Amino acid sequence: MRFRMIGEIWKTIRTRCSIFLVLFGMIAIASAISPVFLSTRNLSNIARQISVVTIMAFAQTIIIITGMIDLSVGSVMALAGVLSVSAYVATESLFLALSVGIIVGVAATTVSGLFVTRLNVPPFIATLGMLTVARGIVLLYTKGQNIYQIGNYVTFGQGDVLGVPMPIIVMTLVVVTIWYLLNHTRIGRYAYAIGGNEDAARASGLKIRRVKLQVYMIAGALVGLAGVLFMSRVNAGLPNAGIGYELDTISIAVIGGTSITGGVGTALGTLAGAFIIGILNNIMNLMGVQSYVQAVVRGLIIVLAVAYDTRAQTKRKVA
Amino acid sequence: MSMKGEAIGGAMPLLEVCGISKSFPGVRALSEIEFRLLSGTVHVLCGENGAGKSTFVKILDGVCQPDSGEIWVCGKRVRIDDPITARRLGIGMIFQELDYVPDATVEQSLFLGSEPRNRIGGIDWQKIRRRTIELLNTEELPYLPTTKLKDLTVSDIQILEILKSVSSEKRILLMDEPTSAITDREIERLFEKIAQLSAKGVGIIYISHKMDEIFKIADEITVFRDGETVGHEPADTLDKENVISMMVGRRIETAYPPKDICVTENVALQITSLTRKPFFNDISFFVRSGEVVGVAGLVGAGRTEIARAIFGLDPFDSGQIKVNGQPVRIDSVSDAISAGIGMLSEDRKRYGLILCRNVKENASLLVLESYFKHGRNAKRAEQRDVSTMFEQMNVKTPSLAATARTLSGGNQQKIVLTKWLLKNQEVVILDEPTRGIDVGAKFEIYKIILDLARNGKAILLISSELPELIGLSDRMYVMAKGKITAELSRDQFDQKTVMNFATQGRQ
Repeated sequence: MRFRMIGEIWKTIRTRCSIFLVLFGMIAIASAISPVFLSTRNLSNIARQISVVTIMAFAQTIIIITGMIDLSVGSVMALAGVLSVSAYVATESLFLALSVGIIVGVAATTVSGLFVTRLNVPPFIATLGMLTVARGIVLLYTKGQNIYQIGNYVTFGQGDVLGVPMPIIVMTLVVVTIWYLLNHTRIGRYAYAIGGNEDAARASGLKIRRVKLQVYMIAGALVGLAGVLFMSRVNAGLPNAGIGYELDTISIAVIGGTSITGGVGTALGTLAGAFIIGILNNIMNLMGVQSYVQAVVRGLIIVLAVAYDTRAQTKRKVA
Repeated sequence: MSMKGEAIGGAMPLLEVCGISKSFPGVRALSEIEFRLLSGTVHVLCGENGAGKSTFVKILDGVCQPDSGEIWVCGKRVRIDDPITARRLGIGMIFQELDYVPDATVEQSLFLGSEPRNRIGGIDWQKIRRRTIELLNTEELPYLPTTKLKDLTVSDIQILEILKSVSSEKRILLMDEPTSAITDREIERLFEKIAQLSAKGVGIIYISHKMDEIFKIADEITVFRDGETVGHEPADTLDKENVISMMVGRRIETAYPPKDICVTENVALQITSLTRKPFFNDISFFVRSGEVVGVAGLVGAGRTEIARAIFGLDPFDSGQIKVNGQPVRIDSVSDAISAGIGMLSEDRKRYGLILCRNVKENASLLVLESYFKHGRNAKRAEQRDVSTMFEQMNVKTPSLAATARTLSGGNQQKIVLTKWLLKNQEVVILDEPTRGIDVGAKFEIYKIILDLARNGKAILLISSELPELIGLSDRMYVMAKGKITAELSRDQFDQKTVMNFATQGRQ
């Protein structure tokens, strides 16, 4: 009897938390391969490296949960970051620079969101448009040149509070905020409902267009914030930053258990997904794997992780 | 035990199942099932929801695998690994709940998986078009080969589904509640098809909850209860009472709960000259508080369309809607909800539930506002309200965190009802509230409906099951071809009268 109970519990863990098992497995393998892996320095390094893309993956997660997608996160991040940098260069106000970054992010996703909700353009297309438009604007604005000598702007990404690096603090705040949003606010529950079954959400009187737009706007704020963090970490305004981030963020969300068809996904799952990718990159670097090989391995791991998770979910469905 | 493949009484066993068992985590769905289907017969499977009928059919269809036991088809032992294998063995399937491709056209869906090929191996669309038109003409169906499924009603799709299976060359047909979405006229047509098929030697396994239907077509009846066969008899040795008592393990005294008359003077919902061409025209009716008003009619009479228009799911051309005497403007579902109207849709999967979310989230979706005003603490209130309501309604769910998809049809429907009960609307429209639900759960849903009326709610009840309307309604409207053809009071309720009005204007 007791064994059976343990078996049941194990089954639940395997089906519900499969992604965390993958993560723990990777940590175990990584620490076996490299003795430095578990050092505080290395772990903090990983967290700092993944911070920008993780924040953007949270933006992507809430959008995918609502049954939509955002392909423009990379170029909107670059636009927001660069405009924030030049706002700082002009005024030397960190507060203004941060505000500009966030406002630009929100403005861009609001435009996409309005196309989606008011003109019924599919999210894929609307944000594909925004992908090139935002990149075009940032390249026009900088004439394709990087902005250097940005002074104290680096505080955002390179400073620390009581020894904890800023990017880690910001990332933690984002995780908590999104977790709270998804679990303890109405808009979170509405997002799940709309992504899960838009017709049923409509038949329950939900204001679908409003919720979708709100989700895009929240995501935009995160993308803007990520832009500020990114530029300050590289100590420059790079108009070409964030190319390919749409795929990275979507992979992290999906590895973290977010259903690409909407309605399913969690904040902790996405965090786990981000760490899986981060640890994978880290361990391959520690082992000195060639970067082209790294790309191949990353692609395979993404597909395998999702296949594993889907299998676990199908089992759950049949039961 | 007889030899496999041996002819019994002249009829050949098409299918024999020996000692099939199947467990899911925590549930033994089937245990040691023995079953035999003879050529040219209709073998009806009865049992309450959760008795294991659907699992049994899924095993025969190859969707799930038995833990142990043997399956023999035409004297050969077989393994049915997937539905494709099942098709190859000559087993066809008509599902209880429809999963359809909304954007597929009628012709595409009719020939899905069995498209005729032309000389170079491509799909022969001309032939498909020709055969579809032929089929639609012989069956007198009014739509075009190019009509999309999303523009049809559930019953139209169900009929197509039946036509599809019937027109293909199968030896064994599995039908899981094929009539749950269609009305009497189409049922007649289905039964004709079944008779033709069994004359050709096809064996049919037919799952149904509808007793009248069962005795019309069954040659043999097998009853499942809690995953076991509790009876297997030729149909002519059984009657309705026997079967029901075998199903539930007790006798059900009456099929409908006692009804008090609690109609008040207050007109809660008044509809005047509501029109949406070509679906319905100049519809006027009213529902009083505490009253259950039935709407009878054949499928396609426009009943669902009226409900959808009142609830703001579809627009309408003209007409007026008054709630408690006040004219209301309804442009969207949220307008209808704030006016005090609620609706349970005929399509539970599409409009009722968020299947991938848990039952608690589903149940409280309409009243979330009240729980989230004060932040976290309200979660406890939500949990408490939902579980109280679940207890009252006797919802069987492993926990509040169970995914809605994993529950049986009856329990899913109760969750949709819970949504509206928590919302406490003045006017509740119920469109086919007992479709695809077993006898026990039906009775419970009837009780809920009558309780709602007792609490002063105005109920508009649309149903294709006439006995249900007669058993529950205080008053009834009958519709035919988009118009109301009769208003009947309780003493005028009578199947014949209703059917006369429902078929008015038809050839």
